[in-house]
Amino acid sequence: MLNFIARRVLATVPVLAIVAVLVFLLLRLTPGDPAAILAGDAASADQIARIRIELGLDQPILVQFGIWLGHMLTGNLGESFYYKVQVTELIAQRLEPTLSLAALTIVFAVLVSVPLGAIAAWRFGGWFDRALMGFSVLGFSIPVFVLAYILIWIVSLKLGWLPVQGYKRFADGAGPWLQHLILPSITLSVIFIALIARVTRASVLEALGEDYIRTARAKGLPELRVLVRHAVANAAVPIVTVIGIGIALLIGGVVVTESVYAIPGLGRLTVDAVLSRDFPTIQGVILFFSVVYVLVNLLVDLSYVFLDPRIRY
Amino acid sequence: MSVLEVRGLTIALPPGGDRREAAANVSFTVDRGEIVCLVGESGSGKSVIAQAIMGLLPATLPVTAGEILLEGEDVARAGAPRLRQLRASRMSMIFQEPMTALNPVMTCGDQIDEVLREHTQLTAAERRGKILDIVREVALPEPERIVASYPHQLSGGQRQRIMIAMALVLEPALLIADEPTTALDVTTQAQILKLIQDLQKRHGTGVLFITHDFGVVADVAHRVAVLRLGKLVELGGKDEVLKRPRHDYTRMLIGAVPTLQPHGRSAEGATEPVLRTVDLCKTYHDRGWFGRRREVNAVQDVSIEIRRGQTLGIVGESGSGKSTVARCIIRLIDPTSGEVRLHGVDIARMSAAELRPLRRRVQIVFQDPYRSLNPRRTVLEAVIEGPLNYGVPRHQAIERARELMELVRMDPGSMSRYPHQFSGGQRQRICIARALAQEPELLIADEAVSALDVSVQAQVLELLEDIRTRLNLAMLFITHDLRVAAQICDHVAVMSQGRIVEYGPAAEVFATPRHEYTRALFEAAPGRDFAFGAA
Repeated sequence: MLNFIARRVLATVPVLAIVAVLVFLLLRLTPGDPAAILAGDAASADQIARIRIELGLDQPILVQFGIWLGHMLTGNLGESFYYKVQVTELIAQRLEPTLSLAALTIVFAVLVSVPLGAIAAWRFGGWFDRALMGFSVLGFSIPVFVLAYILIWIVSLKLGWLPVQGYKRFADGAGPWLQHLILPSITLSVIFIALIARVTRASVLEALGEDYIRTARAKGLPELRVLVRHAVANAAVPIVTVIGIGIALLIGGVVVTESVYAIPGLGRLTVDAVLSRDFPTIQGVILFFSVVYVLVNLLVDLSYVFLDPRIRY
Repeated sequence: MSVLEVRGLTIALPPGGDRREAAANVSFTVDRGEIVCLVGESGSGKSVIAQAIMGLLPATLPVTAGEILLEGEDVARAGAPRLRQLRASRMSMIFQEPMTALNPVMTCGDQIDEVLREHTQLTAAERRGKILDIVREVALPEPERIVASYPHQLSGGQRQRIMIAMALVLEPALLIADEPTTALDVTTQAQILKLIQDLQKRHGTGVLFITHDFGVVADVAHRVAVLRLGKLVELGGKDEVLKRPRHDYTRMLIGAVPTLQPHGRSAEGATEPVLRTVDLCKTYHDRGWFGRRREVNAVQDVSIEIRRGQTLGIVGESGSGKSTVARCIIRLIDPTSGEVRLHGVDIARMSAAELRPLRRRVQIVFQDPYRSLNPRRTVLEAVIEGPLNYGVPRHQAIERARELMELVRMDPGSMSRYPHQFSGGQRQRICIARALAQEPELLIADEAVSALDVSVQAQVLELLEDIRTRLNLAMLFITHDLRVAAQICDHVAVMSQGRIVEYGPAAEVFATPRHEYTRALFEAAPGRDFAFGAA
């Protein structure tokens, strides 16, 4: 088992290396001179050249990559051109809101979608099933920002139940923290509920057709136990896979949601960094998201072994 | 009082089917300590009746008339909660395929435990004791290890023992066994049949044993009920039904069971060898990351020879390597070493390009006719695809397809239809026509009649024999069924664990088997003491 985990962890190294190269190249190859941006509109050519030397941008690209990689490996993501602080610090500051939003969204989405999908499969073809499938088409089609504004308008403006925008730190009390996150989480989770519920339904439906379901019923088990312990347990691998994919997609959704709800998280940081050509910050954020994604995938892979004893690598 | 009494049971089929009722006015009883075999071909309604007794039928198959009395209580009218109480405690069921009938993500012990948790008030320790007891009773080795195992870690026979343990742990009055040995190897089948008989005797359980195999019937039944298209056509004691069948259908079924006596056709004649393998080996490697390497010798040193106009049978149990040999010969997989000589030319190492012109000379028919035809292509397209690939003009290929359809005794006019519109036997005929369309010199039949009902099986065997003589083909016939091998083979090679353990003319191998494994296979053949095919 330890051997297996060690192998999976090792397998992430080449992936991370490729990500590092791509992140490095992507920004070097995009048009726009960071030195010029840093120097400001009124700068002379001399000033720009000096800044370029200071930043090491005059070095051959391989040398730049070597220096950059060395910094990355020591946890030094560089200093933000725009905020003039360490990127690591910047990410740390913005981490809590994003993490809170993402975690709450995923937990909410899973808690809602898996039971819904399972019930729809169990009552295949019935009104519940058809209603859920209808909802899921709607959930896929409605853009995140449209849903966000609709929810704000109804829940916050008309009913006045929840704050319109903003974020409160968890340290300042769980109540306000949660209040500020409810609407963003619901907004963000709709598409995942649609996605996960669909996959759950399909894979539970498949499991329900298997012979061991007939065996379970022949044993005189109640339907709930047949559904949960036999059907859903066997449908778990595709469900967990799609939850993993969901977490990756979440990163894109976070950017929009944080902008609409004015949450000072990593999504906002990314948008701001891109708009101001803040290269170290963009690199840092992309790298950070990549690592998170690789880790999520690793966890999903590892979970297979526990969910299905037949899987051995 | 009978354990089970079925009276006038009628089960409706959804409208639009080929008949109105899955079971029509079926009546029979199962007494304490008795094994009643319910026999019939596929579609006869035997499994539907079993599921009706357990109350497991989907709503699309309602019981429309009759009673099912389990120890006097009508379970056909019982509500869902009462049925749940009765299942596993008073009536239990075991199924055909123990791999799929067990939950793959739960340990075997937990699956037995579920029954006890649902139906008894026992404590965890008491339940564990009871589980180990029943696992010992079904003669599984190392009970502690077995209960902690997942189904995939056990063999087919062990899995079926777990199913039996689960079904009998609460000592039900009735056990329904739905083709419980059909998916098992013949030697395992013999053991499981014996186990069911032992347990049934010891506990006085009434057993409703569903099967299509008259060999099994001859071995286990006290009484036999024969079903045909949902109707009970014959019911009586075993000897009465098997030796003096009254109904034509029963007579036909029993007559269609191949005998274990080889056909005795002379296999001589100095024709040239079409295929010869020399020390054929196939080894699979399991590569670990850190140097752990495991080798599996699927096929070792197999040397066989097939002459024009002759049939060689390879007989063996699952995992013996018989299908791997076929796949190496047709180069679906590459042999690790050895030679595959087709008319003296070694094709074992040929590149794909070199091999291509030779491919049409060896054709294969697979086991499952339902999965070996592309459901989205018409029969015509399936049959002419091969010739078209080899540059035969379309009109010529179609002409040839018509002839072949007649050769396999199918209506050439039905070629524009799709595979799902044909029965299993018809599909297998189509597969044979497809193979013959390439004008092969060697035809490989890989368990080609194993999935077919016995009456259909007899027809397809006869067809293959007819084609072999008419076209003077060499045929390689792979089967696990000794009876089938006896009917069609001139020579027989018995394979076990990748090696040929016995090889010779069929008449000799069947009359005086020399290797102990061959003898064990004959021993285990169900109904071997019963002279089938003579009725």
